[in-house]
Amino acid sequence: MTPTYAKRPLQLNDLGQLRHFLSLDGLSKELLTEILDTADSFLEVGNRSVKKVPLLRGKTVCNVFFENSTRTRTTFELAAKRLSADVITLNVSTSSTSKGETLTDTLRNLEAMAADMFVVRHADSGAAHFIAEHVSPDVAVINGGDGRHAHPTQGMLDMLTIRRHKGDFEPLSVAIVGDILHSRVARSNMLALRTLGCRDVRVIGPKTLLPVGLEQYGVRVFTDMAEGLEDVDVVIMLRLQRERMQGGLLPSEGEFYRLYGLTTQRLALARPDAIVMHPGPINRGVEIESAVADGAQSVILNQVTYGIAIRMAVLSMAMSGQTAQRQLLAEEQK
Amino acid sequence: MNLPDPERLLTEMAAALDAHLAARGIAEPRFIGIRTGGVWVAQALLEARGREEALGVLDVSFYRDDFTRKGLHPQVQPSELPFEVEGQHLVLVDDVLMTGRTIRAALNELFDYGRPASVTLVALLDLNARELPIRPDVVGATLPLAPEQRVKLLGPRPLALELQTFVSAH
Repeated sequence: MTPTYAKRPLQLNDLGQLRHFLSLDGLSKELLTEILDTADSFLEVGNRSVKKVPLLRGKTVCNVFFENSTRTRTTFELAAKRLSADVITLNVSTSSTSKGETLTDTLRNLEAMAADMFVVRHADSGAAHFIAEHVSPDVAVINGGDGRHAHPTQGMLDMLTIRRHKGDFEPLSVAIVGDILHSRVARSNMLALRTLGCRDVRVIGPKTLLPVGLEQYGVRVFTDMAEGLEDVDVVIMLRLQRERMQGGLLPSEGEFYRLYGLTTQRLALARPDAIVMHPGPINRGVEIESAVADGAQSVILNQVTYGIAIRMAVLSMAMSGQTAQRQLLAEEQK
Repeated sequence: MNLPDPERLLTEMAAALDAHLAARGIAEPRFIGIRTGGVWVAQALLEARGREEALGVLDVSFYRDDFTRKGLHPQVQPSELPFEVEGQHLVLVDDVLMTGRTIRAALNELFDYGRPASVTLVALLDLNARELPIRPDVVGATLPLAPEQRVKLLGPRPLALELQTFVSAH
């Protein structure tokens, strides 16, 4: 094995194509753009009377969810079905691990079912990486969210939303607001925005919900909503993740809403044509006012539609990269 | 090898297509080009017939049968059909017909939009290398090539043909 092989990022094959999709860290602008372009084509498929293409016919996609999710699980399921793959969904949180099975044993069992692809969601950061490292080389792994680390398909669907509504990333001002500390979506979005050339990425939240070292992402940090929202083109609200909070990070939800809730009044500080995004599920009256969530500037439900197209793009590209890698190895052995 | 001039072929193809459609009593066919060369040929055919109408564009990347061997085409673009397929007479246009696999993919894709009344296949060139029972109804020229040769259409206007020779890897 050559040293370059060892250094090659886990999620790319020897041709630089996507093979697993674990994090946006280290992926090039060109690759992210290819994902967005491919998703654009899949969006068109979603408008047909038959919303299905035969690309992954005969492949088996296994959704392994160690953590609860409705939107991500169902849109991954729908994406795989629209690619004509066979799909099984395992809610591991409610089954084997609670009976004492280890992660590796669960995986071996799934491999024995001849799955070609795993979509993994796990409450621990790095779980998808771990699985990609230990899985059989024929299986592609897609990260459906791991702990506080990354949620790369959410990041990419947010990018698709911004590109379809606002066009080029470079001149935009984008604010990410709320519970940054617990948010894997925030991390994926900051990485994607910077990679795609967005010059003004702002992060707004109370000090207790801002992780240290945020500046390394090349973002500007604000603790005051009025300052941070001024003239932005895009507002990405995050859900307040009370279930991940231990101890007194916040005085109360009411206090948070008073200082950081996105109200009609506050939204007026952004550009008049600014769009409002949220990865869902939204907490009305906690981080966002109902009138804003349901208002004309909200693209929250469009995000769900785009999410299916992004997941179709990532599933097919990873399967494609996996196949290419297998062929490369087969040719080397000849 | 002397390659034919596509612009000259187009005039003959337009006449042959008119005759083909007239014989079947098809008055208002819908034109669909397969990306990229097929779109150019379809556009030129529409112009040669003196008609300005919406042209459908098909990208068959999601329907190809070599996905498991070749993977996804990196520059896939959306298909755009600005009309209903259901019950319509369609004219499907490609630049170079070789194995017939692209046409199979295109037919599969079309049927996901609806059930057409008929599909007429038009190709600028037929390389006579079919691997499937798919033949054009109207063809500009038949051109048998050596195995290492390919022909490429340059466009959109004027259309020109270019012969490419591949050096085998083995």
